Amino acid sequence: MINLIYLTVLLPLIGFLFNGLFGSKIKNEKVIGIIGSSTVGIAFLVTLLAFLETLNLPVENRSNTVELFTWLNVAGLNIKFAYLVDQLSLTMSLIVTGVGFLIHVYSIGYMHGDKGFWRFFSYLNLFIFAMMNLVLGDNFVVLFLGWEGVGLCSYLLIGFWYDRKFEKGTVPEAAKKAFVVNRIGDFGFLLGMFLIYYTFDSLNFSEVFNKAASFPVSEATFGMIAIFLFIGATGKSAQIPLFVWLPDAMAGPTPVSALIHAATMVTAGVYMVSRAAIIFVSAPTVMMVVAVIGLLTALMAATIGLVQNDIKKVLAYSTVSQLGYMFLAAGVGAFSASIFHVMTHAFFKALLFLGAGSVIHGMHNEQNIQRYGGLKKYMPRTYATFFVATLAITGIPGLSGFFSKDEILWYSYANGGFIFWFIGVLTAMMTAFYMFRLLSLTFYGKERFDHHHVHPHESSSVMTVPLIILAVLSVIGGYIGIPEVFSGEHGNQFHNWLEPVYAPAIAKLKTFGSHTHLEEILLMVVSVALALSAIHFAIKVYTKKPSIAENIAGRFKSIYNLLLNKYFVDEIYEAAIIQPIQKGSEKVLWKFTDNIIIDGAVNGVAKLIDTGSGFIRKIQNGVAQFYALIMMVGIAVVLLWVILTL
Amino acid sequence: MEQNLLLTYLLFTPIVGSVLVLFFKKEQIKIVRWFGLFISLVAFIISLLVYFNFDSTKSEFQFIHQVIWISSLNVSYNVGVDGISLLLVLLTTFLTPLTFLSTWNSIEKNIKMFTFSMLFLEAGMLGVFISLDIFLFYIFWEAMLIPMYFIIGIWGGEKRIYASIKFFIYTMVGSLLMLVAIIWLAVYASDITGKFTTNLLELYKVGPTIPHQIQEWMFGAFFLSFAIKVPLFPLHTWLPDAHVEAPTAGSVILAGVLLKMGTYGILRYCLPLFPQSAINFAPLISVLAIIGIIYGALVSMVQTDMKKLVAYSSVSHLGFVVLGTFAMTVEAVQGAVIQMINHGLSTGALFLLVGMIYERTHRRDIAYYGGIARIVPLYSVALMIASLSSVGLPGLNGFIGEFLILLGTFKSPVLNSWWYTAFAATGVIFAAVYLLWMYQRVVFGEVKNPELQKQLTDLTTREYIVLIPIFIFIVWIGIYPGTFLDLTDLSTKSILQQVSTFTFDLFK
Amino acid sequence: MSSIPIEYFLILSAFMFVVGVAGVLIRRNAIVVFMCIELMLNSANLSLVAFSSYLGNPIGQIFVFFVMTVAAAEAAVGLAIIIAVFRNKLTVNIDEINIFKW
Repeated sequence: MINLIYLTVLLPLIGFLFNGLFGSKIKNEKVIGIIGSSTVGIAFLVTLLAFLETLNLPVENRSNTVELFTWLNVAGLNIKFAYLVDQLSLTMSLIVTGVGFLIHVYSIGYMHGDKGFWRFFSYLNLFIFAMMNLVLGDNFVVLFLGWEGVGLCSYLLIGFWYDRKFEKGTVPEAAKKAFVVNRIGDFGFLLGMFLIYYTFDSLNFSEVFNKAASFPVSEATFGMIAIFLFIGATGKSAQIPLFVWLPDAMAGPTPVSALIHAATMVTAGVYMVSRAAIIFVSAPTVMMVVAVIGLLTALMAATIGLVQNDIKKVLAYSTVSQLGYMFLAAGVGAFSASIFHVMTHAFFKALLFLGAGSVIHGMHNEQNIQRYGGLKKYMPRTYATFFVATLAITGIPGLSGFFSKDEILWYSYANGGFIFWFIGVLTAMMTAFYMFRLLSLTFYGKERFDHHHVHPHESSSVMTVPLIILAVLSVIGGYIGIPEVFSGEHGNQFHNWLEPVYAPAIAKLKTFGSHTHLEEILLMVVSVALALSAIHFAIKVYTKKPSIAENIAGRFKSIYNLLLNKYFVDEIYEAAIIQPIQKGSEKVLWKFTDNIIIDGAVNGVAKLIDTGSGFIRKIQNGVAQFYALIMMVGIAVVLLWVILTL
Repeated sequence: MEQNLLLTYLLFTPIVGSVLVLFFKKEQIKIVRWFGLFISLVAFIISLLVYFNFDSTKSEFQFIHQVIWISSLNVSYNVGVDGISLLLVLLTTFLTPLTFLSTWNSIEKNIKMFTFSMLFLEAGMLGVFISLDIFLFYIFWEAMLIPMYFIIGIWGGEKRIYASIKFFIYTMVGSLLMLVAIIWLAVYASDITGKFTTNLLELYKVGPTIPHQIQEWMFGAFFLSFAIKVPLFPLHTWLPDAHVEAPTAGSVILAGVLLKMGTYGILRYCLPLFPQSAINFAPLISVLAIIGIIYGALVSMVQTDMKKLVAYSSVSHLGFVVLGTFAMTVEAVQGAVIQMINHGLSTGALFLLVGMIYERTHRRDIAYYGGIARIVPLYSVALMIASLSSVGLPGLNGFIGEFLILLGTFKSPVLNSWWYTAFAATGVIFAAVYLLWMYQRVVFGEVKNPELQKQLTDLTTREYIVLIPIFIFIVWIGIYPGTFLDLTDLSTKSILQQVSTFTFDLFK
Repeated sequence: MSSIPIEYFLILSAFMFVVGVAGVLIRRNAIVVFMCIELMLNSANLSLVAFSSYLGNPIGQIFVFFVMTVAAAEAAVGLAIIIAVFRNKLTVNIDEINIFKW
């Protein structure tokens, strides 16, 4: 099955082409939905079989390459269309196809009756195609193909309802923003690739990484490469300073938010950083930058999440925050922990989004959580699964989120220091708070919606079954990565599985702190206790005494406004970057430089000749006598000259 | 020497065709249209024959046909192709029938003259690409101005006279300088070899031996002429006017092929004839090219007229080509060549699409449109593909060219600084901005003008026939560029070989 | 035989020629201009005859006949043109006849 891995890429492509070309004529939602989902489902099975096959191979043979054809062959550059099947790419592929499949199925119910049903499924398939290229690519260029491809799909899917309004602007504006911000990241990624090619003379993963481990390359060069790649990652994974597109991406249909903007695409940056672990590890300063950016993003997004009122916005900022966690993990050298969090996050965040979708669906497209309340009894299954996911993300022991989040916190303490751990825990507390705020406002307390117009109802089983499966995964998903503290001599299974991929990087990482198990357990207890207290507070405030929240908001008005308006980052970018560029281009470059200076010079020369000729033309007045006079004068002058020179 | 007449057939097909068109009656519109299409298709088939018989394992010129023309001056009719010119010949013969199809209904005035001009233009362009005699080259270079002048001037928009004269004079200024340089070069050759010659292959040996200071002037004269045609910033202002005023067919040919004559000229004449000066000027020209990339993109962004937007985007894209050429690494030059083809395809497609919608509404201002996705979904898809190809999305053609150019520029020993790449790569961001913004304003949103509902109809079969071949190549180059890159591989290397042989000492 | 020195003839001829030139350049009536042209021709004739007798060479006098023939033909064509112009423009005032430009 490893050799057939290209099927996982090919099938979604076929699905895309089929639905894209014939979807508008088929019109039957079932056919379209089944084709769209089954291609991904089969891709999942293929990946699963490839995974099992790899699992049976001895550890040293677990990395295999499947070559398809030569893509680019110019001078020293030889880029093959090839897929790398190793522990890391298989893990990612399983997440992408597995969660992807569930979301496809869910979409059949969610998008029911939409005019663009076929379009939606063809885009989703195209996305899976691109994402699989991203995670399976054997070199940076195929990865980049997927990288840009998912960006495109994200653009198309955010803009899916292209004639709707979104917040202050329109849906297409949000889509364009996502694409353009991503492109800024891609710009960095491109430069990173060029620098890699310049330094290592190859873009193939295995070659580059082998050379990176052994070549005498300066730390500065590594640092440049790493920082460029990281710029790419900040774009795709919505980190400071390029995170602004993700909240706006919520303009897309909810399954899209679940699939692309929570579970898969946004983790591409994390995947890329951990894929290129060896390069990052070789540049300790950049590692620090990655960790700090991750930490700051986590904290900042969590603070914004505290006050948002749109159910999807809260989840979006939560995603940004969790992505920050992943980068924090990568930054402190815990690459397998970051991928572990990618996985568990994919489960519970996809579940949260799909649950939110189910709520929005049931509430007739209302997204403001202030107008929900007491939905528990109307949507029991949605509530139950949503509750599980909320527990998972807050890191309640026993659920998947606990294992991954705690591992990250532990590594940030061990390799980063107390301050890293402290901010991490603070963020976790906020996460617990805003998630339970969301839960309480949505499912508990008074019913604040308009009963005449809104009739909440549970979604159909095509939507709830994926929720249940994801809920199960959110619970048990963590048990493959039980930390060493608990599992004893077997160690962390997930870590052991991925370890060969990171071995060269880990070997290069010097500062792995050694701390006792006691410390680890102590920190764990502290963080869980803090999270629990935050949960307690949130439930108390938002179900029993909403007045407390208003009081606090009233007392810290300026801070509240700052958070509600997302630190005015969008406005600052608009005023500092977008407007100057646009106005400058229009006023200075086009209307002044082009039309006045350059064209002025060109037309000026023409004008000069024109006026000059105008003067000379006057001599030609058409009166024969005048011509004769000129002739006489001429003769006289010539004669005079002849006489004088004789 | 063994003669191969295939290229001569190719060149004379449109010439003979254009003369024959004149024998039709003015009223026989249909027959004239079909005849024009037929001739251009014949030319395409002949060029395919050339392609299939071309041996890409040889770096020298092939299908050479040489006949003495003016024996006292040693000027000969001398044609031949290498990989680079073959690719451009194919682009020319591929686009010409499509432009005929695209104007099937939109050109009504004096169709006979139009067909004549288009065929004559095709002959001129083919001649430029296949000439191996610098005198012959100059004749074609100038000859092709005339039909273009008429195409803009007769079948153009409101300000067509201004645009056509601007186009003509701008180009003329450059070419006159080139003529002086050509004569000087031939005279110099006769001083050195004792024989007055305009044969390009012989001049290749002579050019690099010109003393430095004079060589720089010669380079400048040639380069100015080509730079105007490209157009390189700040010599670009004829382009928006010409594009906006030209009819769709004119814009397509102008963007698709005519601009490539400039970049082709740089590659064929400037680099191998004056390698030392080319290297001396490379940083300066690259800076101009990069300014062009960013400037074109930024100005394109704020345009209100769709055609002008696409026109300025050409300035940006062609900047990439010039940058790649002067980076003088195999990757970059290969990328530049493939980017010439890409630009021909994607910008050609964009102009065709804008033309199609213009045919229906007679409006080009972006503000007039909005929400047409609902009315013309297939058109919207086509516009999306063309835009993405222009944006440089991996998997489509634009990416291959830009990627190779930037990669090659990065490791270029001539430029020797990665700042060039860093600045040029910002063009990648801006391309996304201006095209997607335009797309968003035209296609997305709610239907803005109720009139659009009445005016717009989706793509017709004829329009499909025009667009689908282009899209096939857009995807083909994106997925499997080997077909095209292999063709130009040896030709590129031999040009760079020529440069590095004579500039070996500069690299120490 | 004491004869009149040639200088006398030449001065007279030059004088007549200058009068003719001045007339052509200054006068506005086409007929007068025309007559001035005749005057210039005759001044040339006078010089030719003077030189002919001075040098004893008859060629100069033969030339004079040619000039007179041409002058007659020219008078015929010229007057015809003037009449034609007069019919069109109703004037023979030559600064009003400025048709020598595009």
